[in-house]
Amino acid sequence: MSELKAPPQQIPDPEMADQRWRSVLEMASLYVLSIGGALFISALLVAMTGSSWQKVFGALLDGAFLAPGRWGETLTVAAPMLLVALGMVIGVKAGLFNIGQEGQLLMGAMAMAFVGTKLDGPGVLLLIGGLALGMIAGGGYAALAAVMRFRRGVPEVISTLLLVFIAFQIIGFAVTTDWVLRDLDPNRPSRASTSAPLPDDVHLPIVHIFGNEFPIGIIVALLLAGFVAFMLGRTLWGFRIRLLGHNPRVAQKTGVAASRMGTWALFLSGAFAGLAGAVMLAGGGSSYRLTPGFSTNIGWQGLLVALLAQSRPLVAIPMAVLFASLRTGASFLAATGVDRKIVDIVQGLLVLALLIPPAVQFIRERRRALSAAGEEA
Amino acid sequence: MGDFFSAVADIFSSPTIYGSAVRLGGFIAFAALGELVAEKAGTINISVEGSLLAGAFTGAIGYDLTRSVPLGLVAGIFGGLLVALIQANMSHRLTADQFVVGLTANVLVLGLAGFLNANLDPVVRRASVLEIPVLSDIPLIGPALFGQTWPTYLLYPLVPLTWWLLYKTRWGLEVRAVGENPQASDVSGIDVNKRRRQAIYYGGILAGLGGAFLVLGQIGSFDTAAVGGRGFIAIAAVYFGGWTLFGTVLGALVFGLADAFRLAVPVLGYHLNAQMLAALPYVLTLVVMYAITKQFRQPAALSRPFIRGLR
Repeated sequence: MSELKAPPQQIPDPEMADQRWRSVLEMASLYVLSIGGALFISALLVAMTGSSWQKVFGALLDGAFLAPGRWGETLTVAAPMLLVALGMVIGVKAGLFNIGQEGQLLMGAMAMAFVGTKLDGPGVLLLIGGLALGMIAGGGYAALAAVMRFRRGVPEVISTLLLVFIAFQIIGFAVTTDWVLRDLDPNRPSRASTSAPLPDDVHLPIVHIFGNEFPIGIIVALLLAGFVAFMLGRTLWGFRIRLLGHNPRVAQKTGVAASRMGTWALFLSGAFAGLAGAVMLAGGGSSYRLTPGFSTNIGWQGLLVALLAQSRPLVAIPMAVLFASLRTGASFLAATGVDRKIVDIVQGLLVLALLIPPAVQFIRERRRALSAAGEEA
Repeated sequence: MGDFFSAVADIFSSPTIYGSAVRLGGFIAFAALGELVAEKAGTINISVEGSLLAGAFTGAIGYDLTRSVPLGLVAGIFGGLLVALIQANMSHRLTADQFVVGLTANVLVLGLAGFLNANLDPVVRRASVLEIPVLSDIPLIGPALFGQTWPTYLLYPLVPLTWWLLYKTRWGLEVRAVGENPQASDVSGIDVNKRRRQAIYYGGILAGLGGAFLVLGQIGSFDTAAVGGRGFIAIAAVYFGGWTLFGTVLGALVFGLADAFRLAVPVLGYHLNAQMLAALPYVLTLVVMYAITKQFRQPAALSRPFIRGLR
């Protein structure tokens, strides 16, 4: 280091600034076009059923926010979705695609039901213990996939997915078997396939505000969103996770063992889904009882939320509220005569639509870089 | 436990289970053959589930409109292909992540099929059984393989056809090349992403046909839960078979057998735990994948996108 070169002087280039503006404008119009396209297709489908999209939109808005007590309901639904999405974000950042949240969520709910109905102790302790055990159960379930991935090279995409189908059966078994979780109250006529309800003191506290009520799950989820954003973006641990996701070979060379870090990422990813399940149950999901259909697609939808937010934890917050409002709004659709599955279509189309602009931009940048490299050579 | 083993012995000695294993496994085999080609080219195509469901639905619609099973099957092919077009172009023309695209496509198809089914409500009937004269008289496997509804027999020529395509044509060689070493393929003038897209189209066509077969050749009605995750079992069958054609078909049949076993248990009057039986094919899949995946070499570039100039 005998001679330090001064960095080349940055010459402000009016053409560059111009180009940047143009690309921002292009991106914006791409987003508008693709989202508009998704909404247009949805509107066409609505028109096919003979209803009008204005009516459908109005019903959705009423069901999600405007009708009395509805936005509390929306926040209640948004909490587990956001938690699932946060777990997904951690996995994706580490380059791992855990898509078994629906099953991990059920495992978390089952752990919560076990602690709440089978153990004795002060309510607060049971509640916190149930949430913690829910995280461990969900995380452990996802870690099975990590073991398969890092010991035998089984892709986690497939193993996590197959574990969902097994989780459904485990829950079905648990709530129909007396010595596991089935409701033993002989006075209940339909005790066939549910667990006993969580006792009152193991419920999540409920916030009452402006005529709306929601359990504090959403507050926990919001805090955790901030925490995950901080951990991933600002700490060494987060850097290692992201390094692993970007380039496992470089990660390995700098001392980040893919198997250890990856197992952690998958465990956490599942733990968030498990927490979501526990929060759903303790927050009053299916009247505090574990049932076979308990998860009601929250796991899948939380996964879509993460995709929609393009793996940014803070962006996941509005996206979770958006998806939750589509879901709660859907229960008001019956009056319009449009099947509520339209909401699933809107969700799928939106995710697909939002995949397009960044991909187009990426290709353009590659092309520009390649042609620039070609000119120099 | 003794009950379990006597049930196993009893069920596997009755000929009916093999017939239903071929039906259930055949459905998986359609999808698995296509998935094998897609994976040989380097894509883990999880939208095969969506292709199956789309094929099942458009097959049902096609039959409802034309009252003809062959046209229903053709409509199924188009449904499956449509999903493959989305998957292939989003992931190998644009550069969106293949799993994200596949998963979203699955969700979208599930929503669309449910929505349209509620509005259109197609009426479907099962195709007729065609017993192939001499062959169906072979004991045990004869009726199972040659006493099925006629769309089942479409599967049999597809096996050698896929083998011929993959191993005896230039196209197949290029497909395998882009799955093993996309950079080298690119340098030698193969359009990597084009071959990958085409491989996915082939998978979509077969899965669409499989979906239509499910509705028209097996169940005789349409339901959005009809496919129920068996597209993922098809992916597992490819792993089971170690990316060989024979192994893939065998894998599909093994999973079909597990499924058939589950259905046969209550029919023969045994009481085994229903949840355990329902989980059996999935547990089996996971165990097999754990035991087998390392024994075989997967296509080297499996699930890695190819972008020129980036490794």
